[in-house]
Amino acid sequence: MAEILAFEHASIAYDGRAGRQIILNDVDFSIGEGEALGLVGESSCGKSTVALAAMRYLPRGMSVIDGRIRVEGRDIAGLTDRELSRIRGNRIAMVYQDPMSSLNPVMPIGKQLMEVPLLHGETDENAAFRRAVAMLEEVRLPAAAAMMERYPHQLSGGQQQRVVIAMALMAKPALLIMDEPTTGLDVTIEAAILELVRELRAKFGTAILFISHNLGTVARICDRIGVLYAGRMVETGRIGAVFRSPSHPYTRGLLGALPRLSGGGRRGRLRPIEGTIAAADRARPGCAFAPRCSFAARHECEERPILMVELGDGHLARCARLDAVRASAEDDRAAAASAATDGAPIVLRVRKLSKEYKLTGLFGGEKKGVVRAVTDVDLDARAGETLAIVGESGCGKSTLARIVSGLLAGTSGEVKLGETDLAKLEVDDRPPEIRRQIQMVFQNPDSTLNPSHSIAYALSRPLRMLRNLASGDAKTEVSKLLAQVRLPVEVAERMPHQLSGGQRQRVAIARALAGKPKLVVADEPVSALDVSVQAAILNLLGELLEQSRLGLVLISHDLALVRHMADWVAVMYLGRVVEYGPVAQVFSPPFHPYTEALLRAAPTPDPDAAPPTAALEGMMPSPTEIIVGCAFASRCPSRIAEQCDTTPPPVRQFGEHRIACHLELGRQAPAERGGRTEIRSSIS
Amino acid sequence: MLRYSAKQLLNMALTLFAVSFLVFALNELSPGDVTRKILGPYASQSQVDHLTREMGLDRPALVRYFEYMGKALTGNFGNSIYYRQPVSELMWDRLGNTLLLAAISFAVIVPISVLLGVLAGMRERGWFDRAVSIFSSICASIPEFAMGVFLLAIFVVWLGVLPGTSPLRGDAGWAIWMQFVLPVLVVTFYDAGYLIAMVRSSMVEVMRQPYIRTALLKGNSFRNVVAKHALRNALITPFTVILLQLNYLVSGLVVVETLFAYPGFGRLMLEAALAKDIAVLEAGTLVAVSVTMLTQLFGDLGYMALDPRIRV
Amino acid sequence: MTEVSHDLAGGRVGSFRGTDAAAASRGWARKIYDLLTRSPIGTIGAAILLTWTILAVFAPWIAPYSPTKIDPALIADPYPSAQHWLGVDHLGRDILSRLIWGARTVLTVAPTAVLGAVILGTFLGLLAGYRGGIVDAVIMRIGDTLLAFPKIILYLIIIAKFGASAFNIIAVITLSSAPIIARIVRGVTLDIKNRDYVAAARMRGESAFFIMFVEILPNARGPLIVDFFLRLGYTTIAIGVLGFLGVGLPPPDPDWGGMVKEAYGMIFVWPHMTIIPSLAISSLVIGANFLATGLREASLDG
Repeated sequence: MAEILAFEHASIAYDGRAGRQIILNDVDFSIGEGEALGLVGESSCGKSTVALAAMRYLPRGMSVIDGRIRVEGRDIAGLTDRELSRIRGNRIAMVYQDPMSSLNPVMPIGKQLMEVPLLHGETDENAAFRRAVAMLEEVRLPAAAAMMERYPHQLSGGQQQRVVIAMALMAKPALLIMDEPTTGLDVTIEAAILELVRELRAKFGTAILFISHNLGTVARICDRIGVLYAGRMVETGRIGAVFRSPSHPYTRGLLGALPRLSGGGRRGRLRPIEGTIAAADRARPGCAFAPRCSFAARHECEERPILMVELGDGHLARCARLDAVRASAEDDRAAAASAATDGAPIVLRVRKLSKEYKLTGLFGGEKKGVVRAVTDVDLDARAGETLAIVGESGCGKSTLARIVSGLLAGTSGEVKLGETDLAKLEVDDRPPEIRRQIQMVFQNPDSTLNPSHSIAYALSRPLRMLRNLASGDAKTEVSKLLAQVRLPVEVAERMPHQLSGGQRQRVAIARALAGKPKLVVADEPVSALDVSVQAAILNLLGELLEQSRLGLVLISHDLALVRHMADWVAVMYLGRVVEYGPVAQVFSPPFHPYTEALLRAAPTPDPDAAPPTAALEGMMPSPTEIIVGCAFASRCPSRIAEQCDTTPPPVRQFGEHRIACHLELGRQAPAERGGRTEIRSSIS
Repeated sequence: MLRYSAKQLLNMALTLFAVSFLVFALNELSPGDVTRKILGPYASQSQVDHLTREMGLDRPALVRYFEYMGKALTGNFGNSIYYRQPVSELMWDRLGNTLLLAAISFAVIVPISVLLGVLAGMRERGWFDRAVSIFSSICASIPEFAMGVFLLAIFVVWLGVLPGTSPLRGDAGWAIWMQFVLPVLVVTFYDAGYLIAMVRSSMVEVMRQPYIRTALLKGNSFRNVVAKHALRNALITPFTVILLQLNYLVSGLVVVETLFAYPGFGRLMLEAALAKDIAVLEAGTLVAVSVTMLTQLFGDLGYMALDPRIRV
Repeated sequence: MTEVSHDLAGGRVGSFRGTDAAAASRGWARKIYDLLTRSPIGTIGAAILLTWTILAVFAPWIAPYSPTKIDPALIADPYPSAQHWLGVDHLGRDILSRLIWGARTVLTVAPTAVLGAVILGTFLGLLAGYRGGIVDAVIMRIGDTLLAFPKIILYLIIIAKFGASAFNIIAVITLSSAPIIARIVRGVTLDIKNRDYVAAARMRGESAFFIMFVEILPNARGPLIVDFFLRLGYTTIAIGVLGFLGVGLPPPDPDWGGMVKEAYGMIFVWPHMTIIPSLAISSLVIGANFLATGLREASLDG
C-alpha cells in the first residue's frame, strides 16, 4: 500500500509573545492509499494543526521544529510554492468545519468548482463545467446544472457541505482531509453527509484523514483511529480494537464520559475526566495526562519519557501503567432505568401553546406571511424530574424554552405555573414571585456571563433582585452557591474570562439556582463543552435535581444526552410535539417515524453498530408553509399518500406515551403498556 | 430592485423636504434681519418695515415656505442680497467649477486608495502594510489648510514651479492645468489617507476569512487568490464610503478653494455665510443635500450589485 | 471633514471581545504597560497628546511671553531667535507663547465637544438599539436627517445665524457627531442585547435602564474609546478649519487655525508664521490618530 501522507516524529511549535509553545509533540503516523484515519481529541489538542501542517499551511508564528511531513514520499518542507500549489487541491484536498464561511460568498458555486480542474491541468472551460456538474450529481445535489449558477447563501448548511465535498473531490485527490466536517449540522444531515462520504470513498478509493471531537462520527467513517492529547498521540489502532479495549486512560476517559443511547438513565453516573487539559510541554518528559489520571504513579509516569507500546495488530498506546489500566474493569457505569413516575407533582403545565410571528418585508413593507414557530404544544414538567425537548434546529424547541422562561411571549395557549397563566407574559410583566420560580441556563459559556462584571456580581445580583438579600447576606449566599456547584470560593473575585468554559457553565447553573426556583430551563447547557467537561456538568445537574426537587426542562439536540438525563421526553418537529412520554418508552418502539429517523442517525461510538440505512431525505419545510396534514409527511419514509398530506395525524396514546401519527403504530407495542387508545383531537 | 429604488427616492424626497424646512425655519426666525441687511444700518425702522411688507416677509412663515419651495422646484432660488444677482445664475457656475475639481480629484484618489489599501491589507502587518498604514494615518491627520501651507511653501515659495493661486483665468501667467495641480494634491493627500485606511482594513478582514484559505488550499497562487477571491469581497464595504467622498468633494472643498482662491461652490457658501446671504445659503444647502442623497442611492444600488447576498 | 463613517472603528463588537474581558481585570498601570510594549505607534501618539496637554495645562507658567502682547519693534526680524524660539508673528507676538495658549483653547473645546457628542450619542444609541421599534426609527431618522447636511454647511448655517463662539462650535460638533456615535452604539447594542447575560438580567427583573447602562454599556467601551480619540483628531481639524476660514473662535485669543489664516497672506515673505502653527495642529491630530490606532491594535491582540 503506497503511503500518501506521513508524519515522521513531527513537532510543531508556536513562537509568540509569551515564548515558545508546543502544539504538536513528536507526532508519528501515516496514511496509505485508500485508508481512513480518524483523529480525535478535545479542543486545543492540536488536531486541526495536523490538518494544516499536512497542507503546509500553518498560521503565522507556527513552524515545524522537528521531524518531517511527507506527502507521497516527498518532504513538503522542501517544496517550492509552485510545487506546493500542485499538491494542494490536487493530491490533497480539504473539507472544513463551517461550509458557509469556506465558500466565497460573491462567486457562483459553479465557478468555484470549475476553478479546481482549471488550476490543475484542465484547459477547456466546457470540460471543466461538465465535470463540475457531474460532481454535483455525485454528491446528490438536486438540479446540478441550475445549482452551478447559485451563490452559497442560497443553499442550506447540508447542501453547502456537499458543495465543499464536491469541490474537494473535483481533482480526484489521493487524500481528503476533513476537519470536523459535520460539526454544527443537524443529526439527520450529519448522518446523510457521513453516508455520502462512505459511498464516495468506496467509489473513488480516496484516503481520508478525518478529524473530529466526536467519537461516534469517527467510528462511522474510519478504519483506524488516533487519539491526541496535548499535542501527543496517546493511542492508535484499528477502530474495533481501540473502542473494544481502550488502553490509554485518556481514551477510556473519553469513552466513559460519553452518554450512550444504549445506556441507562442519569442514576448511572457518567465518568468525567477531572482537571483541565494541560498545555503540551517538551521540558517535562513524562505523560501530559498524568495530572488528570487515576492510574498515575509519580515516578513511573512523570519523570521519564514514555514510549508507545505495541499491543498487537497495530494497536499502540503510550502509557507507563498499561498493565494496571488493562487489568481494571473497563466501564463501571451502572445501568439503571430512569424512574419516571406519575407520582411527582406537576410544576409546569403547557397546553395548546402556539407562537406566531408576522413577517414583514425587508424594508417594513407588505406582509410576507406568518411564521409558526410553535404550534399547539402540550407538555408537563414535574418536580424533581427532567423533561427533555429534543429536535433538530428550527424545530421550535428554543422558542418554546424562551416562552416558558418569559424571554418571549406566546401567541395563544396556556403556560401554567401553579394557577398562574404565563403564556402571554414576558418576564418583565411577570410578578416577582413567579419570576423567581423559573430560571434559565444558557447554551453558550462565552456569553452567559457579562465579561465586564465579576462572578460575585453575576451571583449576587439575582440574590438581591429575586430574594431581596442585603449585600452582606448575599455575600455568604454567594459562597454557598459556589460550593453547591463545586467551585472554590475564590472564584467569586474572578472575571468570566479567567474561567474555563465548564467553570463558567457551573457559575451559570449557580446563578439559575440563586432564586431557589421551582423550575430551571436549560437550553443546550453542555453542547459547547468538551466531552470530559460535559460529563461533569451533567452529573452536577443530576445531583442538584435530586437534592432540590426542582423541575428541569432540558433543551437538546443530542439524543444520547437526553436518554441519559431525561425522565420525560418530547420530540419536536416543525413547532409540533410529535412524540411525548417517559424516556424509556420514547426510546423503544413504537416510534414516531421521525423519532426513529433521529435515533438511527445519531452517531454512536460503537464499531459494531450497523451503519444507518436510509437517512432522511429533504429538508424541514419552512415554518411559513401552511400545513394541512402531518408536518413530517414531506420527509416521512412511511408516508401514507393522501392521508398524511391532507389530514392532521391522530394522537395515539399508550398510557403516558403519545404519538401523533397516521400509522397503526400500536401493533408491536408491548402488552404491559396497555391497549392503544385513539383520541379524537389531534395535537398536530 | 426597482421597488427598492422607488422607495429610496421617496425617502430622499422626504428627507430633502425635512432639511429644506429646517433650514428655512432657522433662517426665517427673525425676518426683519433680511431687510435690515439690504437697507444697511442707517435706514430708519419705518423704511425697514416698509420693505418687509413689500417683500411679503410679514406673512406667515409657512405660506412663505411653500411659496419658496414652489419657486425652488422650478429652479428659482430668489436673489442674492450680497452679489445682487439671481442665486441660480451664481450657483450653477460655481458648482460647475467645483464639480470639475471634484471629478479630477476623485479620479486620482480612488485608484490610489484602492491600490495601496489592497496591497497593504493583503499581507497584514508586513513591512509594506506598516508603512502604508503610518503614511495614510499621517495624511488623514494633516488638515487641508496645513497640507496646503506645506505644499505651497515647497512648490511655490521655495521651488517656484507651481502657481500659488488657481483663479482659473489664463491671464495669471500659468496654464490652467497647472492651476489644478496643488488643489488636487491637497485634497488627495487628505482624502486618500482616510480611504486607504478603509480599504486596507476591509482587505485585512477579508484575508482572514476561511474562504481565502479554501482558495489557497485549492492550489491557487497567492496572487490569484487576491485577484480572484479577495478583491471583490474587499471592495464591498468601502464602496459606499468611496461614493460618499463625492459629498465631501462637493461641499468640503471650501478650504482648498479658499487656499487657492478657486472660484468654487464651497467658497460661495462661505462668503454667503459671512455676509448672511440667506438666499444663497438656503439654495446651496438644498443642492448639497441633494447630492448627498443621490450618492447614497447610487451607493446602495452599487452595493447590491457587488454583494449577491443583499439583492432584493 | 470626512467623518461620515468612522463607524468602521466600532460597529461590530466582536473584535473587541477580548478587550472587554482583558480590560476589566487588568489595572490601568498594566494596561498602559501593555500598550507601550505592544504598539509603538500608540505610544508615540500618547506621548504627543500628553506633551500638548501638559503645555496647555501649565501654559501660564511655561509660555515665555504673553500670547497677545504686540511688539511692532520685533517685526523687523521675526525669525526664530534665542529670545523667541519660534519667532514672532506679523504683529510681533511670540509664536511659541501663542501656540502654547492656543493648545489650551483646542484642548478645551475639542474634548468638550466630543464628550458632549459621546454622551448624547451613547444615550440615544443605547435607547434606539435596546428599545427598537418606533423609538429606534424616530431616533435614527432624526440622526439621518442631521447627517444629510454636509458638515461644513451645517457649520456655516449655524454660524451665519448665531455668530462664531466657542459655545456654538461645541454645539455644532456635538449635534453633527452624536448621530454617528449613536449609530456605533446602536450597532453594538443590537449585538449585545441578544447575548445570554442580558437575558439573564431580564430573568432576574432588572430595569431597562439598568440593563442598558450596567450590562450593555461597559461592553461597548472598546469601540467607544477608540472612536473618542479618532473623533478628537477630526474635531481638532474641524476647529482648525473654522479658524482658518475666519468663522472660528473670535480674536484676539490665540487659535491655531486663526494663526494660519492671519499670516497666510504673508507666506511669501515670512513662511514660518504659517508653517509653525500648521505643524502644531497636524502634530496634535497625528497624536490622537496614532493613539486610536494603537488602542485598536492592542485590543485586537487581546
